[in-house]
Amino acid sequence: MYVAVKGGEAAINNAHRLLADRRRGDRSLPSVTIEQIVEQLGLAVDRVMAEASLYDRTLAALAVRQSRGDLIEAIFLLRAYRTTLPRFGTSVPVDTASMKVERRVSATYKDLPGGQLLGPTFDYTHRLLDPSLLTDEPIEEPARKSASDERVMRVSDILAHEGLIEADGDFPDDHEAGDLTREPLEFPMGRDLRLQALARGDEGFLLALGYSTQRGYGRNHPFVGEVRIGEVEVELEVPELGFAVSLGRIRVTECQMVNQFKGSSKAPPQFTRGYGLVFGQSERKAMSMSLVDRALRAEELGEDITAPAQDEEFVISHSDNVQATGFVEHLKLPHYVDFQAELALVRKMRADIEAIRNGGKDVQEAAE
Amino acid sequence: MDLAKEIEPTADIDGRRRTAGLLAKASADELQAAWDKLPDKPDVKAVRGPETGLVMVRGRIGGGGAPFNLGEATVTRATVLLPSGVAGHAHALGTDKTKARLAAIFDALWQEEATRSFVESALLGPVEARVAAEDNRTAEETAATRVDFFTMVRGED
Repeated sequence: MYVAVKGGEAAINNAHRLLADRRRGDRSLPSVTIEQIVEQLGLAVDRVMAEASLYDRTLAALAVRQSRGDLIEAIFLLRAYRTTLPRFGTSVPVDTASMKVERRVSATYKDLPGGQLLGPTFDYTHRLLDPSLLTDEPIEEPARKSASDERVMRVSDILAHEGLIEADGDFPDDHEAGDLTREPLEFPMGRDLRLQALARGDEGFLLALGYSTQRGYGRNHPFVGEVRIGEVEVELEVPELGFAVSLGRIRVTECQMVNQFKGSSKAPPQFTRGYGLVFGQSERKAMSMSLVDRALRAEELGEDITAPAQDEEFVISHSDNVQATGFVEHLKLPHYVDFQAELALVRKMRADIEAIRNGGKDVQEAAE
Repeated sequence: MDLAKEIEPTADIDGRRRTAGLLAKASADELQAAWDKLPDKPDVKAVRGPETGLVMVRGRIGGGGAPFNLGEATVTRATVLLPSGVAGHAHALGTDKTKARLAAIFDALWQEEATRSFVESALLGPVEARVAAEDNRTAEETAATRVDFFTMVRGED
């Protein structure tokens, strides 16, 4: 029950003024700049862009600064900003096969065209805190080696030659990709819409669901066919020109998860796939997304639906952290009237129960 | 815009695409420096924008399958008209309106015989070289992290 309540204006103004002060922190320290956040906290910026579903590093860094590093708050800010802008159009689908690869690893093939390229990874670090980062020590330039012209071949294309892996997911030619920012969610949904929801879904939620499939709740025997990170060209068909032009490049992370599949009445034994594609550098998110994408294909592949990660309505309805935080956090807003009503109800129930109890005692005493 | 349609048949599409791609990758500083160097600055009329909006970026299921909507990106665009009647268009990721306006002017100037070589030498050439150098640097830094496997021989003979 919602009842209009007035008051608190001065308190709110002063609270926001206090927030601005705490955000600034100790004035004797230099203020952090947007450029510093973009350059030095780049993966926080990437996460905000991915889950806000808006690629703009400067604005994402502004959101990180404004939210004092609360990334879900930053995602919320960027989502709110996107609603103020008109949409100019829809890009030509990005071609991840011609990505300017900055990292590519495969867990299924040791020697593959293009090689295992580690790139700027946390893997194989010892996870020991580095005291040299307490101060501003000079950092050495990266090593360089002449690059080969060898194409960084997709792992799925290697297996495809043997016919042992399913093809990329297809829809009939007249199918228009669904857009959850334009139409309300309806279940069951196509894999295109699911992927859009997962690409903007909360990393922690998808990580936990992906993990649950590994622990046996909808097990799908995954291997990382490959993970690749790098820049892809974004092209837009411009009506005034009559052809597509490049708008520049964005960095994305792609994961091809390869899953063992024993076959069903609908399909022969083969490898199936889960797919992950995320804005920015975010391997954990892309891998989790691909595990969940595969789990959600249970019905399509004729598998039993027994686990949360396979339940499309459960997963997609709860994957958006802006929706989730809105509903959870609204609980702290005034519910005075609701609570008064509940309080009156509990008092009445208590009184009724006591009356019955006393009544029973009275009856017993009278019998003696 | 109908203006562009009139000149399009004579325009070389690959050339326009290359120009648009390089203008999108040019930095605001590079565009401003080229503008400052331009000897006869045209009297440019703004036809549209500069204005910021969104483009829905698409991916493909499995990398090569049916398209799906990945998420949006900010894009700023502008259309300008030179006194000669030639229209220039610009679209670039981000929210920089000055950059979009200058890029649209250079797109128009590139289409004019008289100024094309200036645009090539003062702007497109240097931007192309910078992007190629940056790509090469990234490729070499990545190549240095390529794993060279070697086999451990166990036991004797």
